[in-house]
Amino acid sequence: MNESDSRLILKAENLKQHYHVKQGLLKPEVTVKAVDGISFNLEKGKTLAVVGESGCGKSTLGRMLTMIETPTEGRLAHLGEDLLTLTKDAQAKLRQKIQIIFQNPYGSLNPRKKIGSILEEPLVINTSLSKSERKEKALSIMEKVGLKAEHYDRYPHMFSGGQRQRIAIARGLMLDPNVIVADEPVSALDVSVQAQVLNLMMDLQDEFGLSYVFISHDLSVVEHIADDVMVMYLGKVVEQGSREQLFENPKHPYTLALLSSTPQLSPEKRRQRIKLEGELPSPLNPPSGCAFNGRCAYANDRCRSETPTLRLDSSEEQEQGHLIACHAVAEKRIGTLVEGAA
Amino acid sequence: MSLLQLENLSVSFGNFRAVDNISYKVEEGEVLGIVGESGSGKSVSSLSIMGLIDFPGKVSADQLTFDSQDLQAMPEKQRRKLTGSDIAMIFQDPMTSLNPCFTVGYQIIEALKTHQDGNKKELKARAIELLTQVGIPAPESRLGNYPHQLSGGMSQRVMIAMSIACDPRLLIADEPTTALDVTIQAQIIDLLVELQRKKQMGLVLITHDLALVAEVAHRVIVMYAGQIVESGPASEVFSTPKHPYTQALLASLPESASGKARLEALPGVVPGQYDRPLGCLLSPRCPYATDHCRKVEPANQGDLDRQVKCHTPLDSEGRPAA
Ligand SMILES: Nc1ncnc2c1ncn2[C@@H]1O[C@H](COP(=O)(O)OP(=O)(O)OP(=O)(O)O)[C@@H](O)[C@H]1O
Ligand SMILES: Nc1ncnc2c1ncn2[C@@H]1O[C@H](COP(=O)(O)OP(=O)(O)OP(=O)(O)O)[C@@H](O)[C@H]1O
Ligand code: SF4
Ligand SMILES: [Mg+2]
Ligand SMILES: [Mg+2]
Repeated sequence: MNESDSRLILKAENLKQHYHVKQGLLKPEVTVKAVDGISFNLEKGKTLAVVGESGCGKSTLGRMLTMIETPTEGRLAHLGEDLLTLTKDAQAKLRQKIQIIFQNPYGSLNPRKKIGSILEEPLVINTSLSKSERKEKALSIMEKVGLKAEHYDRYPHMFSGGQRQRIAIARGLMLDPNVIVADEPVSALDVSVQAQVLNLMMDLQDEFGLSYVFISHDLSVVEHIADDVMVMYLGKVVEQGSREQLFENPKHPYTLALLSSTPQLSPEKRRQRIKLEGELPSPLNPPSGCAFNGRCAYANDRCRSETPTLRLDSSEEQEQGHLIACHAVAEKRIGTLVEGAA
Repeated sequence: MSLLQLENLSVSFGNFRAVDNISYKVEEGEVLGIVGESGSGKSVSSLSIMGLIDFPGKVSADQLTFDSQDLQAMPEKQRRKLTGSDIAMIFQDPMTSLNPCFTVGYQIIEALKTHQDGNKKELKARAIELLTQVGIPAPESRLGNYPHQLSGGMSQRVMIAMSIACDPRLLIADEPTTALDVTIQAQIIDLLVELQRKKQMGLVLITHDLALVAEVAHRVIVMYAGQIVESGPASEVFSTPKHPYTQALLASLPESASGKARLEALPGVVPGQYDRPLGCLLSPRCPYATDHCRKVEPANQGDLDRQVKCHTPLDSEGRPAA
């Protein structure tokens, strides 16, 4: 492996998750393409943010990356090793290296278990550490995430939302992972608590060189924490690039709408609102062509029939890796769009 | 005369004061934003205005008037007639406030019936008109839908349609968009503000999204642990906060930090029922707290238009007064 390869922790190629859903007795089964062809590279110590509206497939992607679910198609490699073709044993070992923190800090901790046993559970299952070694490890991780030793014997309901999220993070760290998939880790928290948890995640990243897949629908959080960003819409990536590319030079009409719909504190940062019409499309009955066409101001006949592919923006050859799936961008029907304040 | 005026409103559950002596007013045609952390009393204070605090909760106020009418003194029946027609509320959880067993059309018509007369046909026409107003396409076809057949954004719009069914003069919207995606949120907020402008309605917008309030509210109230710690014109409160808590809230937002730097998080947590401190409620967490702050509760300084509850309010540079 050369230098750049050894920094590449996770490589996803064309990942898909198609669910077959029964709609009722007489109706035929339909396929929900929850995730439909996603590729990315994640390097050591970096954060890839995944954004998009409810139901676009963010959590499904997270479950595939952590091997909770097997993709229906695609490749997933961890440090060059193909995760999907490994034996069960080898898979279980590698699985420890990729941990997940779930969306809801209230539901994801077993209410009948004390914090100590919640944290030590992964060690019991996956390691041969003795009881005292396990406790030692739990206490040291608790310290890292800002919990006190006296919390070891308490139950989850005795903690605030922010503390519970710390516990969830601590649990994710117990097996010394190098990738953490964080599924909306701060969405249920108040802003002041959110700041505490985000700081903790950034500190841990620095200390352990962790890589994050950070799932969120809050663009102000993403702009703060991400190195790379992927914008999803109905199972597909519509735009992908570095944080700078996405926030300073957004191209896809949906990204533009998202950015302009996000409320801004400072009047200077407010963008001219791009008003979308219509509702989110149903994944059970996706529109033909571009999934965004029903809400897009630039949609034409081609958009309604032909699905745009994710490709480099031709207008910016020197900018590496900025990918967009939009006919209007490819056809240069969209000029420079986002002008400053409204 | 203000549309809504409250003075020293408190709501207690047993020994616990969920809302602690708050005062504010809402003018006709004004959007008032109420922000604050979870549990700070935003919903409870609004429910008490609607007369919806049930036993054993206790509401008290030196003044609670709507358009010069004393809400506390008026007979129960008259108050119920007023809240629901002149004062309406969109509740925090739309899924629990729409009845899953009845169609959308039935529920809107029932809401209309309690406050206005008309035959079946007229009421139905009015229901369709309302659904059109809130931007629901093909409204006639939606009347027969049950709540579970609607998307989150749609049911939120139905909720709004029901709340404006009786042309309220004051609308209290409790987190009307929290469960929704940003692009849908933007659609709903635009809708509310447009209705508010057209009808010169007073709108109270409760949310924990500071940026949202900064964009749409004329005035803002910041709550902490049941108390109002700061109030004033939104642009002023957000540009030059006078209360250390408001300052800390704004500083903790990711957009306040540059690059990938650490965020300025206020240490500690909001006090609960059992660990309410003496003196100023923020004192255990406040970077500027003095011994005086830890012993004596600060009074509200300034008149209702620009108030701050702190012994040493911050100056325009964000430093505590000497
Ligand atoms: N096990 C399953 N069977 C069938 N459909 C599923 C299953 N899991 C998810 N889906 C569907 O796949 C789509 C993507 O769901 P997913 O939970 O990944 O969305 P999300 O982006 O995480 O949304 P949110 O922001 O609301 O959390 C949705 O339409 C969902 O209903
Ligand atoms: N019926 C009740 N009995 C006892 N305590 C209650 C009751 N209803 C609310 N409370 C308490 O009153 C306090 C204020 O609650 P409230 O719902 O007003 O908070 P909020 O500011 O609306 O929070 P959120 O942002 O989470 O909606 C909380 O501590 C809550 O637990
Ligand atoms: S492909 Fe067409 S419909 Fe889709 S985003 Fe681009 S312009 Fe809009
Ligand atoms: Mg999800
Ligand atoms: Mg509330």
